[in-house]
Amino acid sequence: MDWLLSFPHIDRRILTALKTSVDAWFRDVARALGSAADLVFHPLHVALGGFERFMLTVPWPLVIAFVALVAWLGSRSIKLVLGCVSIFVLIGLFDMWEDTMKTVSMIFVCSMLTIVLGIPLGIATARSERLQKAVLPLLDVMQTMPSFVYLIPVVMLLGIGRVPGLIAVVIYSLPPIIRLTNLGIRLVDREVIEAADAFGSTGRQKLFTVQLPLALPTIMAGVNQAIMMALGMVVIAAMIGVQGLGQPVLKAIANQYFTLGVFNGLAIVGIAIVFDRISQAYGERLQRHRGIGRG
Amino acid sequence: MVERTARSVGIRIEGLYKIFGPTPARFMPMVQAGMDKDELVRSHGHILGLRDIDMEIAPGTLQVIMGLSGSGKSTLIRHINRLVEPTSGKLTIGGIDVLALDGSELTEFRRTYTAMVFQKFGLLPHRTVLQNAAYGLEVQNVPARRRRETAMRWLERVGLDGFENKYPDELSGGMQQRVGLARALAVDAPVLLMDEAFSALDPLIRVEMQDVLLGIQEEVRKTIIFITHDLDEALRLGDRIAMLRDGEVVQQGTSEEIVLEPADDYVRRFVREVNRGRFVRVDAVMSSDGAALPPGSGVTVDGAITLEQAARIMAGSGAETADVLGADGAIVGSVSLRRIVSTMIANG
Ligand SMILES: Nc1ncnc2c1ncn2[C@@H]1O[C@H](COP(=O)(O)OP(=O)(O)O)[C@@H](O)[C@H]1O
Ligand SMILES: [Mg+2]
Repeated sequence: MDWLLSFPHIDRRILTALKTSVDAWFRDVARALGSAADLVFHPLHVALGGFERFMLTVPWPLVIAFVALVAWLGSRSIKLVLGCVSIFVLIGLFDMWEDTMKTVSMIFVCSMLTIVLGIPLGIATARSERLQKAVLPLLDVMQTMPSFVYLIPVVMLLGIGRVPGLIAVVIYSLPPIIRLTNLGIRLVDREVIEAADAFGSTGRQKLFTVQLPLALPTIMAGVNQAIMMALGMVVIAAMIGVQGLGQPVLKAIANQYFTLGVFNGLAIVGIAIVFDRISQAYGERLQRHRGIGRG
Repeated sequence: MVERTARSVGIRIEGLYKIFGPTPARFMPMVQAGMDKDELVRSHGHILGLRDIDMEIAPGTLQVIMGLSGSGKSTLIRHINRLVEPTSGKLTIGGIDVLALDGSELTEFRRTYTAMVFQKFGLLPHRTVLQNAAYGLEVQNVPARRRRETAMRWLERVGLDGFENKYPDELSGGMQQRVGLARALAVDAPVLLMDEAFSALDPLIRVEMQDVLLGIQEEVRKTIIFITHDLDEALRLGDRIAMLRDGEVVQQGTSEEIVLEPADDYVRRFVREVNRGRFVRVDAVMSSDGAALPPGSGVTVDGAITLEQAARIMAGSGAETADVLGADGAIVGSVSLRRIVSTMIANG
């Protein structure tokens, strides 16, 4: 009856051999490519460092004014502007300004990179059935794979620091943008597409005059989700050396500093709320005249 | 004033077949041998869109295509600008072999030869009325100023001046379709394709739009393909009508031919509902053989008026019979009220 109680598995020695040989192979690859990879990703390193320094040198009133301006442009709502400003003021009062600026700069660069990679990939996926069949299952895996697992190969390849953190975050937050760009383009009313074709639009003209503008609210929902997922990775990214609000949280876990953890956690939530409300309000304003759900 | 279209082109469709499915060419021989639509779907999972369509549309005329839903009307009209590729057949427009055009030639052909109006308007919701009307010119890279002027002129022509900065969702259905019409007319293509362009509109608005179209057609004389399933609309607009059923043309001819001599029960079903009194002319039912009727009661009616108008005149003067006048004012025949009424209420 023994075999019923424990699942008959592949011999342990074989599994160990498998794991060690794959690990050894990957380690060799990482070693061989490590310096090349460092070189390739160097521009990211510079951008991240530069932007972070910039955020830290800008006087805080300017940052708050900028947040207020973006909130106003995105939502045209005084209430939302006041809400966003007070979140940043509270963060400052509780002495988390510096870490917050680091996190905001990291999230900003990650989001830009995600958008720049994700939208073209989404467009390509929308244009080819074959590609969609290949990409969608891959996105499912990327989204359900525990985010810690991304850290392993990235750290093996690039070590610890901002860039590997950035890459792990981007991989994690890429799927929603690709998925929603693809979906948004595919949901564009068939008759409008036919109209573009019937008047002799080229594929490019159709993409820029019809498909992207009409998919924009859906794409914005993808951007919003991507930013939220990136914020969700802040603490995990801190484990491989990314600076910002994640670091104090890690310290709080290690030393059982309850309030430190809660304050920094709330600051992350605050930033998430600011990003989320502004981008959602903007997305909603985009929906005006874009006929989502109309035949 | 709106400029006139210099070119006027005819359309010739020969032996056009369309089978939808992964391997349409494989089933061409069977369809040509007479396999019907149901059997093709049932045994081979392919859909017969069109079978052996032959049609000749003279330059500057309005050809109506009618048929029940699913009979292939949209498929047929989409072949004319090749939004749908045929399985087999020939298509010539203004002497151009349309099926031989490659990608960029086809784009150019669509820009210069055809324009289209859609059932649900197909407007760009994120653009203003003016930007929509100018869309066809925009993709042709016409300079912004000129396309704005042209689009504006056509918006005025369809009665939309003052609305150019609104968005489509701020307009009623009828007004949206005026934008669709202005967009199609602005590119000044000689062929105008209208797929149930007025079907989504309320009856009163629909008649209004028919008048707009007829007025414009008077000026521009385009070759128009107009799809409808409303016979009244077909009779008001069409120079000729083709009846489609399961992808086949079952009858084509002038409106009167279709109404007075329906080829089969399918056509008869369409025709039955028509108000013939409003459409059939007196001279189509009069008897030109003077002996058949008692001498005229002194009442005369013009041969070109409709049965309904004639009936009103005769009933008003209490006449049982009337003499029918030709275009030159001479008596060309006679007609009885009984004959008029029985034609008006006959069932096909
Ligand atoms: N893209 C397509 N794929 C498969 N079948 C189609 C396609 N387009 C049209 N059909 C079929 O072809 C027939 C004619 O359709 P359609 O031309 O839209 O008819 P109508 O416009 O007269 O209502 C229908 O049976 C329809 O289901
Ligand atoms: Mg149709």
